[in-house]
Amino acid sequence: MAEIAAPARPASRSLRFDWKRFLSRYGALVALVLLILFNLAVTPNFATWQTLNVNLTQVCAIVIVGVGMTLVIATGGIDLSVGSLMAIAGALAPLIFMGRIVSMPHLYAGVALAFVIPVLVAGAFGWFNGWLITRLRIQPIIATLVLFIAGRGIAQVMTNGNLQVFKVEEFQYIGLGRLFAVPFQAVLMGVIVIGAAWTLRRTVFGRQILAIGGNERAARLSGVPVVSVKRRVYAISGLLSGIAGLIVIARNSASDANLVGLGMELDAIAAVAVGGTLLTGGRATIVGTLLGALIIQLVRYTLLANGVPDAAALVVKAAIIVLAVWLQRQNLS
Amino acid sequence: MRALAPQAVRSLSRHGVLLALVALVAFGFVRYENFLGSYNVLSVLRYNAMFALVALGMAYVIMTGGIDLSVGSTAALGSVVSALLSPYGVLPGLLGGVAAGLAVGLVNALVITRLNILPFIATLATMLAASGCALLLAGNQSVSVSYESGFTELGQGDLLGFPVPAWIAALAYVAGSLALNLTAWGRTVLAVGGNEDATRMMGLPAERVKASTYLLSGGLSGLAGVILAAQFGAGQPIEGVGWELFAIASVVVGGTLLTGGVGSVGSTLAGVLLLGLIFNILNFENGLGWISLSAYWQSVIRGAFLLLVVAIQARLTARTEAAS
Repeated sequence: MAEIAAPARPASRSLRFDWKRFLSRYGALVALVLLILFNLAVTPNFATWQTLNVNLTQVCAIVIVGVGMTLVIATGGIDLSVGSLMAIAGALAPLIFMGRIVSMPHLYAGVALAFVIPVLVAGAFGWFNGWLITRLRIQPIIATLVLFIAGRGIAQVMTNGNLQVFKVEEFQYIGLGRLFAVPFQAVLMGVIVIGAAWTLRRTVFGRQILAIGGNERAARLSGVPVVSVKRRVYAISGLLSGIAGLIVIARNSASDANLVGLGMELDAIAAVAVGGTLLTGGRATIVGTLLGALIIQLVRYTLLANGVPDAAALVVKAAIIVLAVWLQRQNLS
Repeated sequence: MRALAPQAVRSLSRHGVLLALVALVAFGFVRYENFLGSYNVLSVLRYNAMFALVALGMAYVIMTGGIDLSVGSTAALGSVVSALLSPYGVLPGLLGGVAAGLAVGLVNALVITRLNILPFIATLATMLAASGCALLLAGNQSVSVSYESGFTELGQGDLLGFPVPAWIAALAYVAGSLALNLTAWGRTVLAVGGNEDATRMMGLPAERVKASTYLLSGGLSGLAGVILAAQFGAGQPIEGVGWELFAIASVVVGGTLLTGGVGSVGSTLAGVLLLGLIFNILNFENGLGWISLSAYWQSVIRGAFLLLVVAIQARLTARTEAAS
């Protein structure tokens, strides 16, 4: 049979500066630098500790959830339940340290349990997502839609929909505390980002995640334990959502099951998309997600600081998402 | 064990929702007084009409293998626009809301078919943009509708003893069902979902049909927004949160496959009513006084129900695959 050779790439292409390719690879970083330069020139009082702190604390929860989302998307999946899992963790923690479930003998015991149990519960729900996807072979978007709907309901039922207000410094350290003048949540975020980036690049688990996202069938045939990797990835996404939930309630000194994590799935997906992770799986960048979240936050801050209403910022955010994904496609074709 | 024939499986997953709906209604009828009384039936229909419209658009989009996350904020935008136009009369309010929805649908269609961006991401972006536009137009607060122009009849009125929103939804579903089953357009919608490349190679206008489903979904969401504004007397820029997922759940419960290519309009309506009735039955159950479940249980039960349906669907599809 005669084979038809693919047309050779024009040689001139490699010589010319391919700005589309450059932008799709380093676009996030370039955009962030441009944004910072723009702000330094235009926004009053931009180069202050306070601005940095405000932006960091706004972005921490999104980045932490976004890291889990990046891993999930890297396998070719999606996790819509993250916001609801945040609400569950956020509802559970005050119930524990305020002694509403079992009375706590000691404050520290209560606070320690309030850190551990809600995160583990959120992780267990995440594992359940993975179980639905691998055992029942339900598409990720539908499997996680179940907990998106039911999860917030569970949190509301636990608290009967009531606002839980508290003032427990030991617990709130996770959202308000400082480590060497840096907000503790930013330190936590940094540790998670570095840990996840290292896992994705340097460990077998990380390579398996990317292999599954690239071609699941091929990965299975070459001996990658697809089922267990996927379950672990969704469990990690759950754990990280739990941590983010604790940060949010600690920052607010209150937990409202109706509001904690509302819309977080969209923010996290947007950060992942803007960061340059391939939404169909197989290629992922944790640092990109961090940059993506920073860009979205900084755009919002820039607009707000310059008197543009928050609603208009939403429209700009939409345009950024489309632009980022479009640039990403240019790299592929 | 003899495997079920693929045909039987398909009809089971399509009519299963109808059986479940009949069972739920029968349960309610036996257990509660006034469950099938005209007041309850009419108010359930009135309230769920807007969800039915949104789910209809979503069903077409999902049949092509796509998804539309922007329906909720499109409805919010439609409600704001129609509320702003309601002083000029019923028709301007109605047309304005639908036009706003169509505009969002057009953006979706262009971004998805021209820029080749995944429907999931494209409609996520327009969801944010539509929500932003709604908030800007409304000035961050709900916009009261005009009560003099008769606009509120669209949501609160009755025609021949039947709520107006229910008439609108019923008409939309009849037209939608005919269009899906009897027109070339409808066949192409299913063909695109089944195999987009093959559809294109056969010379069918795959891109245009795909684009048309997003336009339709936008227009129907805008219409749902008009009803929302008319029913509650205000355009509500922050309503519609989570509608997209409720609509997706209704479509899936109705047996439409998320991978596209298979779907039914009638079963989607059954899916909407089924999920809507759960809330209604919860209210009745509380009324009996045996148990007291807060409204928050609603979403837990809905989630559990969705889980049940997709689990059954997954089993049935797996068997069909094994059989063929």
